[in-house]
Amino acid sequence: MNITQERRWYWMVALAIAIALPWCFYNFAAGKQSGFSVTLLSEIGLLIIFALSFNMQFGQAGLLSFGHAILFGLGGYCTAHALNAVKAADLWFPIELIPLAGGLGGLGFGLIFGYLSTKQRATAFAMITMGLGELVTAAALMFIGFFGGEGGVSTDRVIGSSLIGMDYASPIQVYYLIVAWGFICIYLMRLQTQTPLGRMANAQRDNFERTQFVGYDPKLIRFYQFVLSGFFAGIAGGLFVMLHEIVTFDAVAAQKSASALLASYIGGVGGFFGPIVGAIVVVLMQSGVSLLSSAWLLYLGTLFVMMVMFAPGGITGLLTMHKPIARIGRLGDLVVPYLRILVPAAVSLAGFVLLVELASFTTIGASQGKEFKVIGFALDAGSPVPWICGAAILIIGGFWLKRASRGFASTWNALMEQAKREGGVR
Amino acid sequence: MGIKLRAVLAAFGMAAAVTAMSVQAQTKPTIKLIYTDPLSGPFAQVGDANLKQWQYVISYINATGGALGRKFELIPFDSKTQPAEALLALKAATDQNAPFLVHCSGSNIAAALIEAVDKHNARNPENRILYINCGAVATELTNEKCSFWHFRFDINVAQKVEVMVRALPKDIKKVYLLNQDYLFGQSVQRDAKIFLQKLRPDIQIVGDELIPLGKVKDFSPYVTKIKAAGAQALISGNWGPDINLLVKAGIESGSDLRYYTMYTHLAGGPTAMGPAADGKVLSVMPFTENLAPQLKNETAERFTKTFRDANKFEFTSATFRTILEYLQAAITKANSVDPVKIAYALEGLSQKDFLGYDTVMRKDDHQFISEYIVGNFAKGVKYDAEGTGLGWRPDTVILAKDLMQPTTCKMKRPAK
Amino acid sequence: MEVFFVSLLNGLVYGMLLFMLASGLTLIFSMMGVLNFAHASAYMLGAYFAYTLSLYVGFWWALLFAPVLCGLFGAGIEMYGLRRVHKNGHVAELLFTFGLALIIEKCVQMTWGLLPVPYRIPPTLDFALFDIYGTQFHAYRVFMLVISAAMFAAIWLALTRTRVGLIIQASLTHPEMVRSLGHDVPKVFTLVFASGTALAGLAGVIGGNYHTTDPAMAFTMGPIVFVVVVFGGLGSLLGCFIASLLMGLLQTFAVVLDYSTADLLKQFGMVVSSTHPMAELLNVPIPRIGALLPYILLVLILFFRPRGLMGTRDT
Repeated sequence: MNITQERRWYWMVALAIAIALPWCFYNFAAGKQSGFSVTLLSEIGLLIIFALSFNMQFGQAGLLSFGHAILFGLGGYCTAHALNAVKAADLWFPIELIPLAGGLGGLGFGLIFGYLSTKQRATAFAMITMGLGELVTAAALMFIGFFGGEGGVSTDRVIGSSLIGMDYASPIQVYYLIVAWGFICIYLMRLQTQTPLGRMANAQRDNFERTQFVGYDPKLIRFYQFVLSGFFAGIAGGLFVMLHEIVTFDAVAAQKSASALLASYIGGVGGFFGPIVGAIVVVLMQSGVSLLSSAWLLYLGTLFVMMVMFAPGGITGLLTMHKPIARIGRLGDLVVPYLRILVPAAVSLAGFVLLVELASFTTIGASQGKEFKVIGFALDAGSPVPWICGAAILIIGGFWLKRASRGFASTWNALMEQAKREGGVR
Repeated sequence: MGIKLRAVLAAFGMAAAVTAMSVQAQTKPTIKLIYTDPLSGPFAQVGDANLKQWQYVISYINATGGALGRKFELIPFDSKTQPAEALLALKAATDQNAPFLVHCSGSNIAAALIEAVDKHNARNPENRILYINCGAVATELTNEKCSFWHFRFDINVAQKVEVMVRALPKDIKKVYLLNQDYLFGQSVQRDAKIFLQKLRPDIQIVGDELIPLGKVKDFSPYVTKIKAAGAQALISGNWGPDINLLVKAGIESGSDLRYYTMYTHLAGGPTAMGPAADGKVLSVMPFTENLAPQLKNETAERFTKTFRDANKFEFTSATFRTILEYLQAAITKANSVDPVKIAYALEGLSQKDFLGYDTVMRKDDHQFISEYIVGNFAKGVKYDAEGTGLGWRPDTVILAKDLMQPTTCKMKRPAK
Repeated sequence: MEVFFVSLLNGLVYGMLLFMLASGLTLIFSMMGVLNFAHASAYMLGAYFAYTLSLYVGFWWALLFAPVLCGLFGAGIEMYGLRRVHKNGHVAELLFTFGLALIIEKCVQMTWGLLPVPYRIPPTLDFALFDIYGTQFHAYRVFMLVISAAMFAAIWLALTRTRVGLIIQASLTHPEMVRSLGHDVPKVFTLVFASGTALAGLAGVIGGNYHTTDPAMAFTMGPIVFVVVVFGGLGSLLGCFIASLLMGLLQTFAVVLDYSTADLLKQFGMVVSSTHPMAELLNVPIPRIGALLPYILLVLILFFRPRGLMGTRDT
């Protein structure tokens, strides 16, 4: 096991933050938790586990799956049925362990779907998973017995059989359960990357011919990796059922698979912790920004495209680029250059957002009875003035950014040179 | 260098979201309705059309004084067609102590909401909320899955099918059933058979078919099949492209099939069908702009005309006004905005709607029953749909008293 | 018998429309290895451009110019977007086009609104051409067949008779070699991407008024096109043609074959009772899953023969 004392400290801090977070949104006046925030945080937790399991296939083994949600959703359905069965049979089964039913469901279906898809790799694999995703989604609507039709399968998490005496009636308790399971899963998945299977998965991703020569069958490696990622996806599905107490066909649909992909990629697929960051960004954009603007999909798409074009390593990739400079202790030198480019970047962003919101407003928002307000000033979207302003801001900001980035690039390169000379870049 | 642009975009996203999350408890004394429906993604037009109609109706009702001196306020929340998002909307609603959660589409979301509202109200008796269902029509929501906290303001599938069957003319002897392959479509199929058997035993069902939801692009083979079976009329609960493309293919093949539908009148349908559909397509709807002129009711006509002049689509959901009138009456009767009191005042309430028809919110199952119209897509009507030159002519109006179907609902009632 | 002929014609028309859409994607995919998620978006843009153009200059000019606009758009994407992403690998290119599809959908919603637009069949083509066993065959469907056949012929000629076409053909199967021989492969890439996008736009012009033109078009048409392309195989336009027709005919004929697995089992004397746990699954008749057959075929062919039907290269 490779986790040093220093790293263990990071985990403790993360755990503390996760525990303390809901209290930041506590409504002290009314004396109750903000249900919205707690649910949002729980959703983030779920997506973290789901995206990490996706990354087991994508980042670790190079398997891009367009149907990962089927493992998540089917795990959810299994959990819902298990929970209903426990309630009906009046068994004493600790509710904390119920997500395991989802995990086993994900594992089982992972065996079936894994057998079908891992025979291939790369694009063929992606296409098979896309086909499987479509089939399972259609089946979820057609077959009422297992899937419960479009009303889905609903369940009740308050069955009163808990290991630690909680009834999970309130959202905050479910949140802590998700945090607990989340940390267990993240830890296990992190361990898995350091097992021989994990290492060989990386190997077959990078050079699958060589892996064959070393003596391992790449197909088996892919298969095992797929099945294990199905287990964790199933646990995420089980926690989904605990949170919402219902599972419907959209838990297996393409949109759900896409969210895992977006989260992993935006966060950064190279390392391990990337999807965690990405999951936070995606949920905040999806459920947060959508409160402010109906064009959130456009922003998400633009963010995604920009990342793919300029920062393929994701957010964590961007952060790790600073490592060599941090090592020689010259990080402080970058503060001023960063400010110099962040300001024009913010300006261009403001112009872009203004134009998008204006366009969205004129075709969609206007008759929704809203008024177009910028920092409290109402603008008339009909007149060309705001449009010209927005375009001007965007263009000016763009040129300014281009000039400032040249200065930034030279400072950056100089620092990297120095880092290479002094610290030794690995 | 665009790298930093990303970082900033991401930061913006997070900052915006954090500020959004803290925009919660508002202190204005309005009566809040949290409205959730898809406002983005492929089904955005559903939520968007509904939202516009809601805004209009709310401003109208507020102009008449609101309820107990307070105005109504509608707060939209994008459901993105996902139950998880709608459940998030519920949390936002309960955080703001809003008395009403409103939702108009998707029985899967409705099922999730009914259960969630039940559980929330049981676990949080000091912060209850009512679920106003304005469009999810699966029959079991006011039967097996009924709930005291749920009020459905659109008639359910079984009732709509009954309206369709009642509207079939005497000369139709052979019908074909074609529906979408999921719970809703399967219910339509089942109920159509039951009501045809009960009300029109002279009609022969020459074929019945289920198609995968939203997947079929080319309906010409289905039209061929329908023709080969010798059907004179097609009964279908399909919505969206599944009905628009079907009707289009049917008309193009030159068949004189008549289409009895539930959802061709929704935004997008008339445009897709076009002028060639004259007299061939009928749809069951709660309201059509051409009913008021037919009844010579000028105030009602003025009400809908003002909406129409501002928007490009039919005011099909003018019945939202009836919903608000009921809520207004219930709040006034209960003299409070406490959800339990409102619920007890609301059930069993019976008023005339703005067209003058009798309507009732049934006590047993919280199912609203009103008159329902069978509209014929035809030329020569006063108000056309989406600029096609054809509009919905109200050929038949089935009264509320003929739609009183029995219910299996056994709801648990809380203490008053 | 009449059902057979009518279904044959219907399947052919649908298959040819699929081919128009899939041919561009096959070219792009085979040459550049990019699975272009924005391809169906180009289809949507073609329909919308044609709608707007036909309001000003009529349908026939729109038929000419809308695909050109799409092609220019595609060239722009390739030159300023894809080229930069190319060095990050195939997956990055795929994700780029995926994000692009999201952006395009939203832009379309913002420009033309959320409701379908009244893009109609031109009156000159809006009549029934002939009668087959009592069913009318619309003139516009014949037009669609003619255009797609002409398109197929044009591509075939361009690829086999022109110099650029030969280079493209070579790049389809041996891109590295072509580069080493000194041809300006980036320019060829741009040309192919632009042409592929233009073809998708043309399919949109033709298909948009046949189906409905709304912002969700790309979302609904997208998956089936991928199925066709992958099924037909990499590097083979003929494979794509066969796959399109196959999918079209399959989906059409599936509608008229009212049998289920349970019926098949009955032939062998095994009766499936209604309480059997798999009863729901076994009683599904073929028409109910007709639209899903392409996906089942996709999974099967990738499992047994990842090259696709007539692929010359591994995916």
